[in-house]
Amino acid sequence: MANSAEARTEILRRIRVAIGPAADRSAIEREWSGIQRAYKHVTSIDLDGRLHQLEDRLRDYDAGVYRSTRAGVGVLVASILNERGKQTMAVPSGIPAEWHPSGVTFVEDLRGDVSQIDACQGVLTSATLAIAETGTIVLQDAPGQGRRAVTLLPDYHLCVVDAANIVQTVPEAMALLQSTSHLATTFFSGPSATADIEMTRIKGVHGPRFVDVILIVD
Amino acid sequence: MSLITFDPARVPTFQVAAKSLLGDTQMRKNVRHATNVIQNKRAIVVNEMPDWQQLRESGRQIKEHTLLHLDFYLQQFEENCTAAGGVVHWARDAAEARQIVIDLVKQSGSQEVIKIKSMTTEEISLNKGLEANGIHAYETDLAELIIQMGNDLPSHIVVPALHKNRQQIREIFKREMNLPNLGDQPADLAEAARTFLREKFLRVKTGVSGANFLIAETGGVCVVESEGNGRMCLTLPETLITIAGVEKVIPRYQDLEVFAQLLPRSATGERMNPYTSIWTGVHPTDGPRKFHIILMDNARTKILADEESRQTLACIRCGACQNICPVYRQTGGHAYGSVYAGPIGAILTPQLQEMHSGQSLPYASSLCGACYEVCPVKINIPEVLIHLRHKVVEQDTQGFGALNPEALAMKAMAMLFMSESRFRAAQRMGRMAERPLVNKAGWVTWLPGLLGGWTQVRDLHEMPKQTFREWFEQRGSKDGK
Repeated sequence: MANSAEARTEILRRIRVAIGPAADRSAIEREWSGIQRAYKHVTSIDLDGRLHQLEDRLRDYDAGVYRSTRAGVGVLVASILNERGKQTMAVPSGIPAEWHPSGVTFVEDLRGDVSQIDACQGVLTSATLAIAETGTIVLQDAPGQGRRAVTLLPDYHLCVVDAANIVQTVPEAMALLQSTSHLATTFFSGPSATADIEMTRIKGVHGPRFVDVILIVD
Repeated sequence: MSLITFDPARVPTFQVAAKSLLGDTQMRKNVRHATNVIQNKRAIVVNEMPDWQQLRESGRQIKEHTLLHLDFYLQQFEENCTAAGGVVHWARDAAEARQIVIDLVKQSGSQEVIKIKSMTTEEISLNKGLEANGIHAYETDLAELIIQMGNDLPSHIVVPALHKNRQQIREIFKREMNLPNLGDQPADLAEAARTFLREKFLRVKTGVSGANFLIAETGGVCVVESEGNGRMCLTLPETLITIAGVEKVIPRYQDLEVFAQLLPRSATGERMNPYTSIWTGVHPTDGPRKFHIILMDNARTKILADEESRQTLACIRCGACQNICPVYRQTGGHAYGSVYAGPIGAILTPQLQEMHSGQSLPYASSLCGACYEVCPVKINIPEVLIHLRHKVVEQDTQGFGALNPEALAMKAMAMLFMSESRFRAAQRMGRMAERPLVNKAGWVTWLPGLLGGWTQVRDLHEMPKQTFREWFEQRGSKDGK
């Protein structure tokens, strides 16, 4: 759009007028590196501490939390889904076959029309990492996690997190995510919620209203 | 369909609007309740962070650094977003931004759009512009849906329907969604919104959003939300159109680690908001096929040019200053006549209007400083308020304005303060003049004319019989020193 090009030139000109002559790239980078970052970066607690903190935060958001050995995931998935009464679950590609118990229909998302996902009672995924301090789980478009719609449309999300991928702080998480920052990424902290009515946090508007998390601890 | 919008050039002054709104006891009760709840939640999750002050300082420095190199970072964002398949547009003002959106929606072949809550789109009255071109916008945020269906205006930047309680919301939904048996529990109301909007999410082919952060280093865009309506609008449509003020850019992906901690704790008192989405251009098999982003100036570069108020642009729209402000808590947001209410609105709105309107807003404050204390990026709002008051006074005393009673009184005061003997004479005169007004207890409860504004709501103590200097001089002569 020619108009937009004109606007671009004009806005950049206005900025230059407002802030004075431009610095060169390396000076800007040096200045950025000099920004004070005295906040906490690293984990101050061991794995057990991180597990407990994450569990506490997730329960605070009203998510269910379970621990399992690596070999026991399939059995636990079966019992949780049975208890929840879920018969059809969406799955992204890349979920280990041993996480698929019999008796439940798993519908693999082939990235076509979303109505197939919308019709499922839940979704089963893995995760990239979890942040203990904030009770946050990070999903990226990677095997076992899938495109964003798959963890959005079903009303129930069962998420399997490897304890090895639990960090304590947000800065640690961002450092780990840096190399895959080009992927579509979703941070979720508990079930969908709103506080728009009298500032009372209530579970569930558009995303999954029910979330269970399995933590793999070997 | 709510198509009423704030027109800062036409709204009454803050003082006039506030006076009538103060009579709305239901609204005041709702605002007081909601702001109390958020403030308490915020205090808990902020106090558990031993490094909160360090985070605030980093947030401030990142924003300051970005603003001082804004053209560099915008161009870097443009380059990286374009390389990832996004289309970057630039808009000098609200009208240009609206026109770009209208043209893009028409190109997408859709007559409807689904929208994420975005104060930037409210700022430019986008819905009204779309409707005038035959395009219907569905607001999908619960609070924005309440505002839209209630033909109302937003009163808070994070919780726009904060001035409504559950019974009022039920009445709106009952009427607009045709649900005669709707309950008034928040869960019932949320369920009604879920059902009403699900069909729209799956059907409408074009989404419109704002943005919380634009990441220059990667060309990525970040949206922070609670309900999942944001994820729906960002993921399901074929075309996504995002509008962002030019000040929303941040240098690097890593910088999110600061804002992802500051924003949710400040905005809703949560350790983390339920959903944060980051996407970069177009992702081949995930989300919209077409992604457009509009970088809008709309007077932001004017603010950037003013060194003393530049920090206004650091705002990350958390609303903490609104929740704590003793003025906002009494009047609610509508008195500010702008989508940006409260302390941040009092400095942002007049500047976005280039000081052509909203001049009463810098006075909508007691300068108590609570807003500065809670601001996650340390915007010194009282400092900017005073700076803007100075600008307003300069405007008011231009030309014949120099002859207005207040300006003349100030000139006279300046004359008095300039000379010690004149000042002393004025003090003596003041003591004499006040005598008929002082009551037995030593208070002045009524003052004439312009000065009456003071005694309308508080009493004034009588002047001391003696000034410090007079006392000191007398004491010296008594001791013979």
